[in-house]
Amino acid sequence: MEATADKKYTFRDFESDQEVRWCPGCDDYVILRSMQKALPEMGVKKEDVVFISGIGCSSRFPYYMDTFGMHGIHGRAPAIATGVKLANNDLSVWVITGDGDSMAIGGNHFIHVLRRNVDLNIVLFNNEIYGLTKGQFSPTSLVGQKTKSSPYGNTQPPFSPGELAIGAQARFFARIGGNTPKEMTQIFIDCHNFKGTSLVEVLQNCPIFNNGAFDQYTDKKVRADRQLFVEHGKPMIFGTNRDKGLILNGLKLEVVTIGENGITEEDILVHDAEEKDPTLHQMLVRMDYPMITGIIRRVKDLTFEERENAQREQVKKNSKFKKTSDLFYSGDVYQVI
Amino acid sequence: MDVLESKRPSQPLEAVVIRFVGDSGDGMQLTGTQFSDTSAMFGNDIATFPNFPAEIRAPQGSLYGVSGYQVHIGSVQISTPGDDVDLLVAMNPAGLKTNLHAVKPGHTIIVDTDAFTQKNLDKAQYESNPLEDGSLANYRVIEVEMTSLTKEALKDVDGLDNKSITRTKNMFALGMVYWMYNRSMEHTIEFFNTKFKGRPEIVEANTKVLKTGYYFAETLELIPNAYTVSPAKMEPGTYRIIMGNKATAWGFLAAAEKSGMELFLGSYPITPASDILHELVKHGHFGVKSLQAEDEIAGISSAIGAAFAGDLAITTTSGPGLALKGEALGLAMMIELPLVVVNVQRGGPSTGLPTKTEQSDLLQAMYGRNGESPVIVIAASTPANCFRYAYLAAKLTLEHMTPVVLLSDGYIANGSAPWKICTVDEMPEINNHRFKSNGEEWHAYDRDPDSLARRWPIPGTPGMEHRVGGLEKHQVTGNVSYVPENHEYMTKIRAEKIKRVQNYIPELEPEFAQNGDLLVVGWGGTYGSLHSAVNHLAEEGIDTIGYAHFNYLNPLPKNTEELLKRYKKIVVCELNNGQFAKILRMHFDGYDIVQFNKIQGLPFGNTELMEKFKQLLK
Repeated sequence: MEATADKKYTFRDFESDQEVRWCPGCDDYVILRSMQKALPEMGVKKEDVVFISGIGCSSRFPYYMDTFGMHGIHGRAPAIATGVKLANNDLSVWVITGDGDSMAIGGNHFIHVLRRNVDLNIVLFNNEIYGLTKGQFSPTSLVGQKTKSSPYGNTQPPFSPGELAIGAQARFFARIGGNTPKEMTQIFIDCHNFKGTSLVEVLQNCPIFNNGAFDQYTDKKVRADRQLFVEHGKPMIFGTNRDKGLILNGLKLEVVTIGENGITEEDILVHDAEEKDPTLHQMLVRMDYPMITGIIRRVKDLTFEERENAQREQVKKNSKFKKTSDLFYSGDVYQVI
Repeated sequence: MDVLESKRPSQPLEAVVIRFVGDSGDGMQLTGTQFSDTSAMFGNDIATFPNFPAEIRAPQGSLYGVSGYQVHIGSVQISTPGDDVDLLVAMNPAGLKTNLHAVKPGHTIIVDTDAFTQKNLDKAQYESNPLEDGSLANYRVIEVEMTSLTKEALKDVDGLDNKSITRTKNMFALGMVYWMYNRSMEHTIEFFNTKFKGRPEIVEANTKVLKTGYYFAETLELIPNAYTVSPAKMEPGTYRIIMGNKATAWGFLAAAEKSGMELFLGSYPITPASDILHELVKHGHFGVKSLQAEDEIAGISSAIGAAFAGDLAITTTSGPGLALKGEALGLAMMIELPLVVVNVQRGGPSTGLPTKTEQSDLLQAMYGRNGESPVIVIAASTPANCFRYAYLAAKLTLEHMTPVVLLSDGYIANGSAPWKICTVDEMPEINNHRFKSNGEEWHAYDRDPDSLARRWPIPGTPGMEHRVGGLEKHQVTGNVSYVPENHEYMTKIRAEKIKRVQNYIPELEPEFAQNGDLLVVGWGGTYGSLHSAVNHLAEEGIDTIGYAHFNYLNPLPKNTEELLKRYKKIVVCELNNGQFAKILRMHFDGYDIVQFNKIQGLPFGNTELMEKFKQLLK
């Protein structure tokens, strides 16, 4: 079907003809639908959208999107996507990955794509478990977690994706619960609009192998009291009664109650996602009460391809070689008669 | 095909001319003597030239102090100290200036950068620093802070004054050259013990600096220029001297220009392939996009991404890197994208002999992936034709929509030879399978009826949205399919696609006898050695020996079996334990195939080849 920018898409335009085969009740369905709803809002042409994935449950995602897509090999999606973006800067390139895919077998590509700041969008489905291989612990599984490969409890301390990413110089990091599609859709749009690598960690419930892993933060009943959805420029307030907030006490973040001990709304820290110094962002990422969601870090920087293109243009300008024959005949050549 | 061989049997392939130059106080005579003595004990024939003829004697003025020593070594008879220099070790600017003209273009110069001070440059009448002004662009310059490194090495040796320390730097240079040419340090260390008896600190200092230089070269993985053959008959035209790795890089530049596509290189540094990366990163002006990736896997994966998005994509590596790329190469084969993987082979297995040459990755290139995973495999055979085979690798991958492994090796990659300059106008057309539907029904896995190449719709093309992936796909739609019969069909069609490449590559034409008693078979980088050996026998009047050299390894040329039939006996000569011989036996039953293998990290020598062929002809 021919599609142009003038035409307003709906989410239906991004549904492929393939049947979705995730387990019933999986948050992956929420992510898929949120993406299909976000894309029409991005102002991007359908033919310019590319989804690249690795291996795992999440990595089936490209098959379900009626865009360009590649189901790659385990852990390598960020590297493949880097090649796609460098080949054609005009594309909107998305990496779909999971906690095993991006942080175990693909850990190296994950940190380096962030370091380079290629203009890609990475959606990390974090369910703290291996799903497709049937229930082994992952690099984000908790210590003590009993899984198929840790029957007596996991002994490997977990990565926090955000902590690792910001340590690897991520310019954009967001986190969102797998059961909040409206906010998720908006974050996907924000990812698209950000120039540079944007990473969004979705706390994705796996109903089969790790059911309820995030319930203490994401369950509707506790969400307001246990989750703080941060917004740039706004005070970091949460709670059913909007009376809890964060302050900086020495070098530590502390949860306080507005109205107690003389604390007023003015004392609450205002979220600055655009602060280059990652210290506070790292502290936010590491908190577990409240669990911070929303865009935690969004710092402008040159993208890798901008740096590359600028250099190539400079080289082109200064070069005496217009065609390969100019190069081949340059320097010491000699005649044989 | 290039004719690359020496007319005079007295100049074998292994012959090499090394010249040490520096101030008269730099100990160049001692350095040269030690190298030639060691080489003689190593079993080499040598010819030395401690007193340079007039034209390389220092001219008048401030360049008067240059002293030098030249040694010509080889495994068979050497009759002259050599004319052109393969390796120049220049301890100062004056030495460089007065000797540069003797160095073969493309060959190596080691300089002590510490000696390139403004004062010394003035003394040598250099207007600008030759290390910085690009005047050495046609040479391989290895810059070493030799004086500083010598001082650093000796900082803990007691009883040495500054002058004694500086005077040992010639041993640093000697150590480097020993490593490059595989020489033992033993003889020279013994010499120190005798010569400086009673001065243990001098023995220690010289020994230490010699070893430091040796290990420094090892760490840098310095490789000598190996390929020093000059062509006997050359077609008229414009030539330049080119190294194999550079020729490979230029072949891809030409292919990109001819096809009108942008070249993408994803690569991770590895000896001896890195020079291709070093060359291609220079050429952003041709639109080359190069990514030095975080590892070998990212190198090929980024290239796969670039190929998906429509670039002419390549990745470069050597044996261990190809092993790491295996899974991704399987993906490229599975999703049927164009991709060239260059493997500059080195001694294996594992880390093996990184700086030495070998042909032991053939089976890895053919079979080193999970599942039924055939790809096109071709090999360059001379430094100059690396250009042609890189170009053809690009052509084949684009026209057949399947990955191509291009094999080179340390010997031809670091060797130099005259290249008759070839512009894109003289090269064959390159087509591709870029696709945009005009409204008719289409599928990403619709195939060209002749080549079986699939279509290549690229992102950014309206209406061409589709998905590819490593899961088995339906033969028509390309959607994921677990249907048993479909998997068998797809496996066979991927194999048939490679087989049909036979219809697009040239048949093999043997050289020398067209039929007879013995067919010498080679492939890849051994062309120079094998051709030269057979040619010598032909010159001796033996007319029953033929020579067939394979550049196309998978698939083999169509007439391969017909060719084998014409000779009573076949000898397959390889720098491995018999990999191509295995392949020939597997494909063609009932032929008398014998092997001649050398697995020493070294190229074939003329003498050993000629002896073997004569023995087989008896």
